[in-house]
Amino acid sequence: MAQAVLSVTNLRKQYGETVAVDGLSFTVGRNEIVGLLGPNGAGKTTTINMILGVLEPDSGTVRIEDIDLAKHRSRALARTNFVAVYSPLPGNLTVVENLRFFGLIYGVLNLTARIEALLGQFDLRQFRNVKCGVLSSGEQTRVCLAKAVLNHPRLLLLDEPTASLDPSVAQDVRTNIREATLQGNSGVLWTSHNMHEVEEVCDRVLFLSHGKILLEGDPRKLPTEHGKETLEDLFIAVAREPLTLGIA
Amino acid sequence: MNPGRAAAIVLRQFYLLRGSPARILPMFAWVAIDIVLWGFITRYLNTVASAGFNFVPALLGAVLLWDFLVRVMQGVTTAFFEDLWSRNFLNIFATPLSIAEYITGLVVTSIATSMVGLSVMLMLATLVFGLSFFAYGMLLIPFFLVLFLFGVALGICGSAIVLRMGPAAEWLIWPIPALLSPLACVFYPLSALPRWLQYLARLVPPSYVFEAMRRIVAGRAVSGFALMLSGGLALFYVLLAGWFFTRIYKYVVRSGLIARYSAESLS
Repeated sequence: MAQAVLSVTNLRKQYGETVAVDGLSFTVGRNEIVGLLGPNGAGKTTTINMILGVLEPDSGTVRIEDIDLAKHRSRALARTNFVAVYSPLPGNLTVVENLRFFGLIYGVLNLTARIEALLGQFDLRQFRNVKCGVLSSGEQTRVCLAKAVLNHPRLLLLDEPTASLDPSVAQDVRTNIREATLQGNSGVLWTSHNMHEVEEVCDRVLFLSHGKILLEGDPRKLPTEHGKETLEDLFIAVAREPLTLGIA
Repeated sequence: MNPGRAAAIVLRQFYLLRGSPARILPMFAWVAIDIVLWGFITRYLNTVASAGFNFVPALLGAVLLWDFLVRVMQGVTTAFFEDLWSRNFLNIFATPLSIAEYITGLVVTSIATSMVGLSVMLMLATLVFGLSFFAYGMLLIPFFLVLFLFGVALGICGSAIVLRMGPAAEWLIWPIPALLSPLACVFYPLSALPRWLQYLARLVPPSYVFEAMRRIVAGRAVSGFALMLSGGLALFYVLLAGWFFTRIYKYVVRSGLIARYSAESLS
């Protein structure tokens, strides 16, 4: 694999008696889209929050382009960006105001031109002066995606980015992200509960259960390797009976 | 420190003000009402009190200076609350923005918004009620500086409390100036307080400012040392508030509160 844009080593987070993430180690390579899968409470969002620096791990390290997040937070996060369904952009700013605000924070060069390009790429030109709060959820997601690629991130974290999109727009988003990943020499960590999407877009998947990686591999080969017909069947098996897979 | 990132916080506030008259009005409306109310009270007091004492610089000047401090504090907390109200903490703190840059942005925002309030207050107090700031002379500079620094300290401290306790703690922050005003001795001399409260009042930088203001009105000399002490105290409180905010931030990152901030209460 090419040099990793993300390297997570022995990451652990415990809340009281509950271990949310239990010694997680994985990498995301350049031009690679890695799916982080698992049932609710498996530790996906906790993992993403630790990679974003908004949750401190109890132990373990996160390195973004070999920069230690704990030691050089600003440098590491300047190479990162994210979209999460639970974190919409401020609804009281317009689309352009939001992009300009975050563009300044990420230190984006030629910001005006970059914003114009993204408005075109994500079909947002007609909403440029509309407050984000009055956009539909799908339109808001497109603004979030535009913000997420604003700084040409080397590592893009996408937490269910297409959850509120209609199939047509979701398809466009997948294509956009796929192209941006290949062209931008970047890596993507993608969580989704849509297994068809995962099969289409991810090069590799990590199945999480109780904060641990149970399975890892090519989403198109994994089901047959574990006696299942589809990725969705495998997901259900991991969620319900991880021990029967002989891997827990 | 990256000035561009701090500027982003200021720009965000400018965008919000530009797009919302409801945010612009409170910047000067309440202080204007305060000045008008106290302006008429001082006029009335001047007519009933013994000749020779002018209540305008003593009372109206005090109201103006105190309102300035309150505006500075609210300038910081309101800019912080914008992130709270729009549930923007995850977006903000998952970026390269450092705490120092964020706080700097809040403070610069506060300078801009409090200047609007101050200008309106000065205009009303001077033109309508005849308050002459020439009476205070150059001492106005340290007066405003001390009040500004202490207002910033209160604003940062208030923001840290809400960051720790959650959105429901917002109501705890607004009354902070009112709670401190007895110790700040805005309208009466320090000697009016019981002895034990005087010790506490001496820890509150504005008390030195209002004491000095009353000495000027009474035609007495002002202690330069006392003003320097109040400036030093105010600066100390700013540093203490910055340290407190950073400690709270580290706590909410360690505990995971910041990532789950959409909850109504996190305590």
